[in-house]
Amino acid sequence: MKRFRGFIIKEFYHIFRDKRSLFILFGMPIAQILLFGFAITNEINNVDIAVLDHSKDASSEEIINKISASSYFSIDQFIERESDIETVFKQGKVKAVLNFEKDFSKKIIKENKAYIQIITDATDPNTANTIYNYVTAILQNYQQSKNRNITTPYQITPQTRMVYNPELKSVFMFVPGVMTIILMLVSAMMTSISITREKELGTMEILLVSPLKPIQVIVGKVVPYIFLSVINAIVIVVLSIFIFKMPVEGSLFLLGLESVLFIITALALGILISTIATTQQTAMMISLMGLMLPVILLSGFIFPIASMPFILQIISNIVPAKWFIIIIKGIMLKGVGLQFIWKETLILFGMTVFFIGLSVKKYKIRLE
Amino acid sequence: MSIVVDGISKSYKSLKALNNISFDVKEGELFGLIGPDGAGKTTLFRVLVTLLFADEGKATVAGFDLVKDYKIIRESVGYMPGKFSLYQDLTVEENLKFFATIFGTTIEENYELIEDIYVQIEPFKNRRAGKLSGGMKQKLALCCALIHKPTVLFLDEPTTGVDPVSRKEFWDMIKRLQLKGITILVSTPYMDEAALCDRIALIQDGIILQIDSPEAILKQYPKLIYNVRADNMYQLIQSLKLYEHSHSVYPFGEFVHYTDKRTYFNPNDLKLYLAEKLLTNITVEITEPTIEDAFMELAK
Repeated sequence: MKRFRGFIIKEFYHIFRDKRSLFILFGMPIAQILLFGFAITNEINNVDIAVLDHSKDASSEEIINKISASSYFSIDQFIERESDIETVFKQGKVKAVLNFEKDFSKKIIKENKAYIQIITDATDPNTANTIYNYVTAILQNYQQSKNRNITTPYQITPQTRMVYNPELKSVFMFVPGVMTIILMLVSAMMTSISITREKELGTMEILLVSPLKPIQVIVGKVVPYIFLSVINAIVIVVLSIFIFKMPVEGSLFLLGLESVLFIITALALGILISTIATTQQTAMMISLMGLMLPVILLSGFIFPIASMPFILQIISNIVPAKWFIIIIKGIMLKGVGLQFIWKETLILFGMTVFFIGLSVKKYKIRLE
Repeated sequence: MSIVVDGISKSYKSLKALNNISFDVKEGELFGLIGPDGAGKTTLFRVLVTLLFADEGKATVAGFDLVKDYKIIRESVGYMPGKFSLYQDLTVEENLKFFATIFGTTIEENYELIEDIYVQIEPFKNRRAGKLSGGMKQKLALCCALIHKPTVLFLDEPTTGVDPVSRKEFWDMIKRLQLKGITILVSTPYMDEAALCDRIALIQDGIILQIDSPEAILKQYPKLIYNVRADNMYQLIQSLKLYEHSHSVYPFGEFVHYTDKRTYFNPNDLKLYLAEKLLTNITVEITEPTIEDAFMELAK
């Protein structure tokens, strides 16, 4: 036990003396959470649009006013000719053009039907889609207010309610994702690097020759990073609660336990990587390519798993991050208890046991 | 016997690093493995400290089998790898303390063993190991390898990259450790250090060329060896190599070591030949062979 304690103390020396890594370790979560929270967002706000109004009558003006009154759009300019549409798109500032046909009001009254063309700049498909949805919603709203006094034979009115995130804040989606990335990165990459560093410097040779057991070396490497990762998780949760008003509906204690479980999964992966890699460089590359990419792309953090091709949906099941994101979304946003996420927890637990078992088996007590 | 090596072979893919190596080291002996880089010294060390499996052959260290009793061997040997293997970001004292702890001992417990060496680096005990000079690093590494009072000490090229003064000091330390009853296996590419060992094994390309005491190896040197000198060193070597009776020609400091094929050899013949080649200030005088000469002769 004394040997083991000595080893852990040494690990903490390494961590605290490497100022640059320490800065990355604690600076990165804060920077990422702020970046994702403030800058990277799916919401649209004050999007510049242009209007091509061929009729310039009461109805078209009313609609234009309604649109410009919303906080989503601001009207950048009015254009006169069809040919200007292409020009304004090419200038790049305007993301959509509303094209009112001739005699808009008259047609509404006479034919009960009039056309507005919505042209969006789809170089960014997500934004284009969102703009289209928002404009349609405003138009529908306008239509309903017009029709209030007229009785139509029948009408279906959808009543939407967005539960768990009524304001559709994208930060609610990013916090679980960022937390997953950070924990994965800190735990897996840092441990794999710290183990391969010993191999590279040749100190592993002495550790192997020493009476220290392999399991003691591995656990000794891991304990300091569990400690650091837990601090990181706390920082992220505190930041998201106080800055982004992210709710934690469920039990904080459960959230903590699940985070520790995921941290251990990631550490086990880190150890596994270090048994394969011989240099810090390779360890870092494997961690980045082999862990970060799946976490970002296949975990459902950014791209919904349901809309992936079937084969990728299957593959996503072996990404531990997927299960962890389901778990923390459940706890933070839905306030569910263990009875709803026991399955995901069990899967994560199983993966952890598997990775630890594999790395202990692969850990070499000799040099080859 | 402290170390018994019996027919050890080891290959890396197609390269035969060790080829049927056998030797033994007596208790309390200072045994040297002498050979150039790539001769297989480090591989042999790694096999003996149980870091590598041998492909063939067996060996015992301190009476324990390499494969079966590797755990006991790991407790009882001290190993100083060739590459500087201490934690650069830990101070001198922290390094020593760490190695003491993982071997289940304390600095105080075995202080008398390392005292001689440690007092030299103690003034710098709060300095990071990475900031020490080459000689200091080696002294610290030796302290760390000794801190658990090993019965057998493996020193892999301890003086490579160390200045001549520190090298001398280091060998003095090794000698003192031997007096304390520790069996020491040391490797070095420096032939001049061979004379300081009790017995040496000359090794090249994974094969042991000869095992004996340094004196015996020199005594067995088959030829008379001459120091040849002239003004133009380069031309001298070229001319000597072209000489029809020349057996070996090796530059050696300011001289060239020359041996002749003939059993009867008159140095004046050589002088005349060299004068014909327009060399000036020629001297040819008989000298004592060194380990390097013996090695070159054997490696031929």
